[in-house]
Amino acid sequence: MLSSALRTSLRRTAASQTSTPARALATWAQIEMGPPDAILGITEAFKRDGDARKMNLGVGAYRTDEGKPYVLGAVRKAEEALLAKRLDKEYLPITGLAKFTGAAAELAYGADSSALGRVAITQTISGTGALRVGGAFLQRFYKTQQTVYLPSPSWGNHAAVFRDCGLKVANYRYYDAATRGLNLGAMLDDLRALPRGSIVLLHACAHNPTGVDPTPAQWQQIQSVVEEREHLAFFDMAYQGFASGDADRDAAALRAFVAAGKAPVVLSQSFAKNMGLYGERVGTFSIVGADAAERDRLLSQIKILVRPLYSNPPINGARIASEVLNNAPLRTEWLGEVKQMADRIIGMRTALRSRLEELGSVHSWNHITDQIGMFCYTGLKPEQVDRLAKDFHIYLTRDGRVSVAGITTANVNYLAESIHSVTKN
Amino acid sequence: YFANIPEAPADSILKLSVQSKADPSSNKVDLGVGAYRDNNGKPWILPVVSKASSRLATDPGFNHEYLSVGGLPALTGGAQTLIFGQNSRAIDDKRVYTIQTISGTGANMVGAVFLKQFKRPENAAVYISKPTWGNHRSIFQTAGHEVREYRYCNYETLGLDIDGMVADLRAAPEGQIIVLHACAHNPTGIDPTAEQWQQIADAMEERGHFPFFDCAYQGFATGDVDRDAYAIRLFVARGFELLVAESFAKNMGLYGERTGCLHAVTRSADLIPAVSSQLNRLSRATISTAAAYGAKVAGTVLQDPELYKEWLDNMAEMSSRIKTMRDALRDKLVELGTPGTWDHVSNQIGMFSFTGLSKPQVAALKEKYHMYLTEDGRISVAGLNTGNIDYAAKAIDDVVRNVK
Repeated sequence: MLSSALRTSLRRTAASQTSTPARALATWAQIEMGPPDAILGITEAFKRDGDARKMNLGVGAYRTDEGKPYVLGAVRKAEEALLAKRLDKEYLPITGLAKFTGAAAELAYGADSSALGRVAITQTISGTGALRVGGAFLQRFYKTQQTVYLPSPSWGNHAAVFRDCGLKVANYRYYDAATRGLNLGAMLDDLRALPRGSIVLLHACAHNPTGVDPTPAQWQQIQSVVEEREHLAFFDMAYQGFASGDADRDAAALRAFVAAGKAPVVLSQSFAKNMGLYGERVGTFSIVGADAAERDRLLSQIKILVRPLYSNPPINGARIASEVLNNAPLRTEWLGEVKQMADRIIGMRTALRSRLEELGSVHSWNHITDQIGMFCYTGLKPEQVDRLAKDFHIYLTRDGRVSVAGITTANVNYLAESIHSVTKN
Repeated sequence: YFANIPEAPADSILKLSVQSKADPSSNKVDLGVGAYRDNNGKPWILPVVSKASSRLATDPGFNHEYLSVGGLPALTGGAQTLIFGQNSRAIDDKRVYTIQTISGTGANMVGAVFLKQFKRPENAAVYISKPTWGNHRSIFQTAGHEVREYRYCNYETLGLDIDGMVADLRAAPEGQIIVLHACAHNPTGIDPTAEQWQQIADAMEERGHFPFFDCAYQGFATGDVDRDAYAIRLFVARGFELLVAESFAKNMGLYGERTGCLHAVTRSADLIPAVSSQLNRLSRATISTAAAYGAKVAGTVLQDPELYKEWLDNMAEMSSRIKTMRDALRDKLVELGTPGTWDHVSNQIGMFSFTGLSKPQVAALKEKYHMYLTEDGRISVAGLNTGNIDYAAKAIDDVVRNVK
């Protein structure tokens, strides 16, 4: 209860509010409306739609064949185990839970990688936080170049994150709209033409938004050029295990770069999708150093960067991930579930493509099954996407990106028919 | 490529914590890191937090889906009411926007980055109290602001230097950004009285300064959430636009769950769409969305009347144990006849006390008595308990008498 003196003074000042307001700093008046977030805006529109057939193919979160969010069995078991331990909620160190980051490094780089003893790794606020810490690190310490080159197209948030770090952002050609595949020639030309030592962002697997990944042979060519031009490879790996169903296969490109040891490698790693830990914000940022001493120096600087951003990372998700990664039966169960998720997605790709072909579509839909991971770049034009929303209550981003996880056996036919409707002319 | 990157100095408070943990002495007393400890010196999970966690564990609808960019409504809405009050004009007028953040640090940083982008005048500096939480300077400098100090602690009396503070606020150029601790000042434990807050508000209004409140101890300071929010509500009632960085680390014991919010209070509701869109935009580019679990725990407590009441009781338990230790330390030092006056220990409020001990005295406490506190003489009172209070008092008595 407030003392009467305090209550009186508050009442007095509240009363004075009705007269001349305090000379407020006009801080806010000139602020313009920020741009709407394209991806999250889709979900808003979807929520407002009352049609029973509506489909949300916008946000990249996995859904079961019933269209529901999925808490992995391995994650549930890990949570039960953690509850029983009755742990406290004390702050983690700045670089996070060591048992988690150690296991995460092994998962990414391979348990037998020579890099493990010299990787400077910190737990981050999922993949976005890793990109942010990485960008901040490069802005402060990588004086060779200060531009990050993104594939065209890339995840919508990449450019925003790097620009807010104070880096410049530009593109290299990547997606070929004609083939709906990789434009390797153009990509290699562009990478060759970049200033020596440029920061090149590479999607380790399951490219977002296109689903177009280089083949192993194509990765070798990319690696050659990156090494030849002494570029820095900034890998973004948000779908390890989720792309092919095999965690080692999905990390092959990253590991090849690291094994060659020629190009500097930094990595942003997310457990949002492959462990379904989305909102718990579980990720890491790491730098492959020359040796353990360099690793320690790098870590000391990373800590300085992290402290003013958020002090230390969240415990809950990291503990779950650590439990899963470090407990052999849970880890096996987890890898099995990741494969199941990947297989369901591959199954939906196959079903969608078959149905479109059965409907007699004159277009080629091979890309639906050639592409990999959460997303499919359908090739649909903005006007067609708008029609899908308006006439068919199907929501996807205007670049034609479909989140395949939103497709189920119950709605794949409706989706195919709808796409056929808007594309048959 | 990175060979020329030098080793950076370690964070001093965390370094202290490492030293303390490594110390094998059974007498050791850890008065370093600001986290609450129970009377057995152990971390304390609030009973109400355990209840909320159990509810989440048995909720069939529980999952790990992304929160929206703004955060969990149960948390952000509950946090608004907690800070601004049940009958807040600002909330009723729809002049408040709240975004969930990575605890208090995240809230400070989001606010700092926002202000760097939008502050007027563009060269306004950020003023922090002398002294203040170590991370404040780093946060605002990292966000690109010039950082200056206003006088705060009277190092003679170890009370508030209100005249110095007000003079500095008046002397500053118009329209500066002033970081204010809402309650339980860190590191000194010195809080302005209600009357002194009025003086501070007068000076800020006079010069058109912008208040940025850091509120990490609401309910933890006096044990009364409304009393602890007095300063913020005063400024809102007086018509200031302001930011509030709010943390649930201490008052809900959520520390590592990283649960916090940033609140923006504007002059009118029509400014909220632009302000909220920009806060969302910049948060999206830093973290995308905030951490779900701690928010769900806090949201559950804030939205359930019974749990909320129990939370107030849990907070009262923490704050009263701390007050008891303050009084006990003071009383024992007086009993021992320790040179100097020790009223400041019981007058100061919250987690910390600025003892006035010198650097050599602090070093001696560590070496001779395995007592750990920061160089500036700050103790985390929560580290004291009935088991170590005598030992601590005697140790302080010894170094005050024999170490200069």
